Amino acid sequence: MMKRVIFILLGVLFGIVMYKAEAASWFRIYEMFKFQSFHMYGFIGSALVVGVIGIQLFKRFGTKTIEGGDLELKPKDKTVPRYLIGGIFFGLGWALVGACPGPLFVLLGTGLFSIGIVIIGALIGTYIYGVVRSKLPH
Amino acid sequence: MEIIYGTWPWYVGGPLIALIMLALIWLGRSFGFSSNFRNICAALGAGKSCEFFRFDWKSQWWNLLFLVGSIIGGYVASHYLSVDQIPPISETTIIELQALGFESAGKAYSPVELFDVYSVKNIVLLLVGGLFIGFGTRYAGGCTSGHAISGLSNLQWPSLIAVIGFFIGGLIMVFVLFPLIF
Repeated sequence: MMKRVIFILLGVLFGIVMYKAEAASWFRIYEMFKFQSFHMYGFIGSALVVGVIGIQLFKRFGTKTIEGGDLELKPKDKTVPRYLIGGIFFGLGWALVGACPGPLFVLLGTGLFSIGIVIIGALIGTYIYGVVRSKLPH
Repeated sequence: MEIIYGTWPWYVGGPLIALIMLALIWLGRSFGFSSNFRNICAALGAGKSCEFFRFDWKSQWWNLLFLVGSIIGGYVASHYLSVDQIPPISETTIIELQALGFESAGKAYSPVELFDVYSVKNIVLLLVGGLFIGFGTRYAGGCTSGHAISGLSNLQWPSLIAVIGFFIGGLIMVFVLFPLIF
């Protein structure tokens, strides 16, 4: 029960930060892809600085999870096509609707209900991938 | 109070997102939002017709709770921690977007012309954008949270390739396709 509350609270914090720092704003995403502001680059860059240091510290000290298990840091498959092609598809969608998956739900919470159309589209897109994935290069 | 009610600077937002990722890792999970699309498809019964959705989605319950939290967070941030928040985007961006027909640039959080006008064109754009997001994130095995933040933080080269892909797609969209669409 306690753990469930923690995941919800982390989600709440995530939603607040994404909204307040404007990573959920279509305008900020457009501005980023047009290289007209440092804001989003600073956002992602500073997250990476803290993220890289944090994960290095976890590894250095052999940190275990709260339950005593190994950390979920699996190396990803060393291949190119799926990351490049899949990435391009996602980039096209991200720039068009100005939101990546997390902010879609954050915006739904703000009352921007038309974002629900994007969420339905994303579920259909995910389903299509599931159906055709054996025919795609990975 | 302006510190809370105004735009949070990138050097506050970015590190907080990284701390959320580190907390999830420490809790034995990982930071990957787009997996939830697969979880929701599976929960809706997609496993009956497609093998990709035949997995124990209930073990991903924590990520769906995180998603519910993000909806609540959006509500709390916009209703209680903001007074009509308008991103202070650059002057160049405002001029460009107004020329493209986005009169709300510099006057709203999200473009009114795209999200508040239920025209056939807008519905198609939002639906297609969603299709690309859903298809692309699953194909690439992650979105901004899984690749740009988690993967790069863990120095994973495949994630760098994915992020380069994100940018190729994004740049094609705003530089080549936007002038044709809007």
